[in-house]
Amino acid sequence: MMDAARRETVKGWSFIAPTLLWTVAFFVVPFAIMAVMSLWKRIGGKIVQTWSLDNYVAFFGKSHLLKAMLNSLEVTVLVTLISILLAYPLAWIIAERVPQRWQRLALILAILPFWTSYVVRSYAWLLVLARNGVINQALLGIGIIDEPLELASTRTATVIGFVHFFVMLLTLTIYANLVQLGPNYRRAAADLGANGLQVFWYVLLPLTLPGIMVGAFLTFVLCIGDYITPQILGGNNELLLPQVIMLQIGRRADLPTAAALSILLMAVVTLAYVLCARWLRLERA
Amino acid sequence: MKDRKPNNIVKRGLRASALALLAGGLMSTMASAADELNALVWCDHTDPGLIKPFEDKHGVKINLKDYEGTGTALSLIEQSQPGDWDVFVVDGIDVPRVVDAGILAPLPADKLPTGDLFPELVMAENHTRDGKVYAISEKFGYNTISYNKEKVDPADMNDMSVIWSDKYKGRIAVYDYYLPVMGMVQMGLGKKTAGLNAGDLGAIKDKLFKMKSVSKLVGDVVASQTAIATGEVDILVGGGEWVTAALTEENPALDWTIPEQGGVRWSQSIGVFADSKKKDLALKFVQYILSPEGQARLATSSCYWAMPANSKAGSHLTDKQKAALRWSEQKAYLARAQLYPAPSTELDAKMQDVWTEFLQQ
Repeated sequence: MMDAARRETVKGWSFIAPTLLWTVAFFVVPFAIMAVMSLWKRIGGKIVQTWSLDNYVAFFGKSHLLKAMLNSLEVTVLVTLISILLAYPLAWIIAERVPQRWQRLALILAILPFWTSYVVRSYAWLLVLARNGVINQALLGIGIIDEPLELASTRTATVIGFVHFFVMLLTLTIYANLVQLGPNYRRAAADLGANGLQVFWYVLLPLTLPGIMVGAFLTFVLCIGDYITPQILGGNNELLLPQVIMLQIGRRADLPTAAALSILLMAVVTLAYVLCARWLRLERA
Repeated sequence: MKDRKPNNIVKRGLRASALALLAGGLMSTMASAADELNALVWCDHTDPGLIKPFEDKHGVKINLKDYEGTGTALSLIEQSQPGDWDVFVVDGIDVPRVVDAGILAPLPADKLPTGDLFPELVMAENHTRDGKVYAISEKFGYNTISYNKEKVDPADMNDMSVIWSDKYKGRIAVYDYYLPVMGMVQMGLGKKTAGLNAGDLGAIKDKLFKMKSVSKLVGDVVASQTAIATGEVDILVGGGEWVTAALTEENPALDWTIPEQGGVRWSQSIGVFADSKKKDLALKFVQYILSPEGQARLATSSCYWAMPANSKAGSHLTDKQKAALRWSEQKAYLARAQLYPAPSTELDAKMQDVWTEFLQQ
């Protein structure tokens, strides 16, 4: 019996060993190196292997670094909320209003922009939002505005670029949740006298919250760590934390400060995960 | 008998194939390593029109990695292994600190065309240490003001203070490189770029913040060129012939000037890495870039145009190209321009802090 149990244990470990080794080699070890490096310092153009919290203290002491974190949080929360507001109706229309045989096509159309390179998509938005871009030319052409709107190289441009990407992601997670429900919940609520709004508010929304939360968490994680969209669309008119991290690496060769800022960014993501997981557990309970 | 068993034949075959593949792989790696040169450069060197003639002549492959700003280059070098790089193109003003860091190898002075350079570009104090030459100027130009003459009053561009005035609010882009732009602000404040010190940073910061409040965007080479070329902005702070020369054919309205206070002169230097294992080939590449033909190609390369350091390159440029580069006006321009600020490591860190604050405004 013992031999069989041991064999099972060995078998189990051998199944998870590749994943475990991969995670240790490419996540745990690099993360440990980054954590250690965040305690070092760059002095006089050289990295000195001291043990100090100076890089973390500097983060709270330098207003432009702290502001980068606040900018990142503001943009990420805004993007997540707008994406949910746009993705939910889209997912609902696909799940509830589009005939089943067309749903696959509708989903493909919804995620079609995923097929374009992320960088190319961001530059395309820059052209669309520019002073001479499609939006301004159209608004000027039909006489709604006299002067071009300042859309490109602003936070608005960054948010638009992000929302375009994350609406697709959230649509998928919410749609997956909606199709699992089936029509009976809605019918039962209607039989009990609920109107359309009440069905949505008291039945559909609570039941699809897990899908929304999972999509929102993914949006939060991907958005707060993204460098490309704010760099291309923001015009360097404000810096988000990933941009500041890149400045430390690219311009200053200050890897210790970059490591400390990355650890802080990761702490925010971890906090978001803990809150999300805790909420999902409470929901299940 | 044993060897004739099918299983063993298969095994032997596989073993032989694996060895052949391994040997072939190693040989091809060694061959490619011997025929390749790795160069860390500004983007103007990535033009095939510049590189291909050298590759064809010597039967080698040049692997190019382009960067912007010496800090970026030093960061890349720090993250590389000794011997990874062979040729280094770096801001002329930064050559001393690169030499201090032991990055560059001495070059044979008698094999370089130093005598053919414009005298201001020899920059012996930057390129020479203890009688040894470590780099040589290859290209130069000005970080000053580029503008669309149909959209702004060209007379306004003669005063540096236009870059922080409200007159063109929202129509200004700033080139995202702290050294030339802070040098321009220092000149706008009536001071010399060479004397820039920590005490000047307060006044520079005030003007930078004012500049940010009237500017539309801060962008790298491509972003700032695109902004002025597409009409997104009408003025580019930090621009110059490197922005407009290649664009004037498509858009003749684009122009540049050096204000009364002067402009910041930039120059690129080229050298060979001390750890390079192919110093001879690297030196040949340096010689090619410094040759009149190479210089003409470099001056008009696709990423940005600018003046060649070698005065003999003129015979390989067309009149139109020389006009775009303002070849005949260089004497006056050189007299009015000042070099980039050359901060110590400590001052450089403080300047970068100010620049980050400027970006964050």
